[in-house]
Amino acid sequence: MKLITAVVKPHRLDEIKEALQAFGVHGLTVTEASGYGRQRGHTEVYRGAEYTVDLVPKIRIEVLAEDDDAEQLIEVVVKAARTGKIGDGKVWSLPVDTAVRVRTGERGPDAL
Amino acid sequence: MAPAVMLAAADAPKLSSANTGFMLICSALVMLMTPGLAFFYGGMVRVKSTLNMLMMSFISLGIITILWVLYGFSMAFGSDHGSLVGWTSDFVGFGGIGKTDLWPGYTIPVFVFAVFQMMFAIITPALISGALADRVKFTAWSLFVVLWATIVYFPVAHWVWGTGGWAFDLGVIDFAGGTAVHINAGAAALGVILVIGKRVGFKKDPMRPHSLPLVMLGAGLLWFGWFGFNAGSWLGNDDGVGPLMFVNTQIATAAAMLAWLGYEKVRHGACTTLGAASGAVAGLVAITPSGGAVSPLGAIAVGAVAGVLCAMAVGLKYRFGYDDSLDVVGVHMVGGVIGSLLIGLFASGKGQSDVKGLFYGGGLDQFWKQCAGVFAVLAYSLVASAVLAFLIDKAIGMRVPEDEEISGIDRAEHAETAYDFSGAGGGAAGVLAAHAATQSKQSKKVDA
Repeated sequence: MKLITAVVKPHRLDEIKEALQAFGVHGLTVTEASGYGRQRGHTEVYRGAEYTVDLVPKIRIEVLAEDDDAEQLIEVVVKAARTGKIGDGKVWSLPVDTAVRVRTGERGPDAL
Repeated sequence: MAPAVMLAAADAPKLSSANTGFMLICSALVMLMTPGLAFFYGGMVRVKSTLNMLMMSFISLGIITILWVLYGFSMAFGSDHGSLVGWTSDFVGFGGIGKTDLWPGYTIPVFVFAVFQMMFAIITPALISGALADRVKFTAWSLFVVLWATIVYFPVAHWVWGTGGWAFDLGVIDFAGGTAVHINAGAAALGVILVIGKRVGFKKDPMRPHSLPLVMLGAGLLWFGWFGFNAGSWLGNDDGVGPLMFVNTQIATAAAMLAWLGYEKVRHGACTTLGAASGAVAGLVAITPSGGAVSPLGAIAVGAVAGVLCAMAVGLKYRFGYDDSLDVVGVHMVGGVIGSLLIGLFASGKGQSDVKGLFYGGGLDQFWKQCAGVFAVLAYSLVASAVLAFLIDKAIGMRVPEDEEISGIDRAEHAETAYDFSGAGGGAAGVLAAHAATQSKQSKKVDA
């Protein structure tokens, strides 16, 4: 199994969710995150004082996938998240040892 | 004899239900300004010191109310002693005031005048708190409020408004508190911050307002309450001066908000909500001393000048390196000075008195009187407040320890946090907190 993590622009969340549903993904986890990459931050002005805000709001999406589906799933996420502008984010995957469905105790791919 | 007595009785003002009702409503409006100020300031600080900022204003509602009843009203509005301070023993504890006794020369009971002025005494120390954000011990602040009111506010209110006070006798015009409230509080803020120093990370860390919606809410409440503050200061509506003040309050505030936003748009490229709120408050401050003396067009001028100059003044703290955290000096002191001095130029002679300013053919007479009032109050408040802060710092320490300031004054001083970001909230958090409190007591013992 693989854990696919995507840190992307918040306003792309709906597109990504729909694309994943169309692909057949049954569940995902979303957290609000903040950070920066090449986009860096932005400038805000308060009573004339300019502040550089380093950390930009992002959404982190986590999905567990079977090994065979992982590559394709990453492509789905990347396609749905892309706007072509700087700051679109990153997607990566990690191997996962085990997963358990809490209610039934099913393990491995059955738990997805 | 008899006809003379009857004549005197007919001439003496009688209690007016209309004016009394109006003044009670105005008192409630001015009371609402202090919570409004708490939100205006509270939204401007970072999350970790929101509650402390709110409490610095709210504690004034407690402390000053009691001081005012015990001796404050007597010091400010009692019989004059040496043009410097008042004292009437009947006013002590409000003990000798009958419920139908009228304030001399007016149609409202003494109680009504006393409670109206009480609200002014409450908000003035609260105004200072904005400059001291994030870093002052709550006990030190509370002690400062007691001493500052006693040594600075009560006497200065007497100078400016008390019969026999030197500024009052000189003819300094301060309709509703440009000098006694705003310059006084702004100069005090400057005096205190010069003693206690900057916040950790000033000019280095971003210190963004954590909630601009709260700032806007607070500014709205201030604007609303300010009608009571200003229009009520004439203590009745029988000659139309109070209503003129009401109208000018709205006009100058609108002009100042637009002026601040215009300055910002040109200088920084955006009209900000903080700019709108700050501009409105700058306009309210500037029209406070002047609204009874200027015409409606004059009010536009006063507001516009205050809006632009205060927008420029708030940048000075970065140049000179004093941490006027929420711009009490830049908005209240500068706005108060502008409003007070502009009376000398824009007094129309058709408002509260026939005094005319320079632009209405009155020469510079009134301008010099305004200067005397402004700079005397500014200097006295600045020096006295700095000395008070210095003494309190020596006695019990003004500032919280640096680690507590960094981790957040709310938790350190009030054992609370403003917002629950966990989502879990509820019971489990309560148990943990109780446990943590016990532990921190133990660790303090170990430290000692």
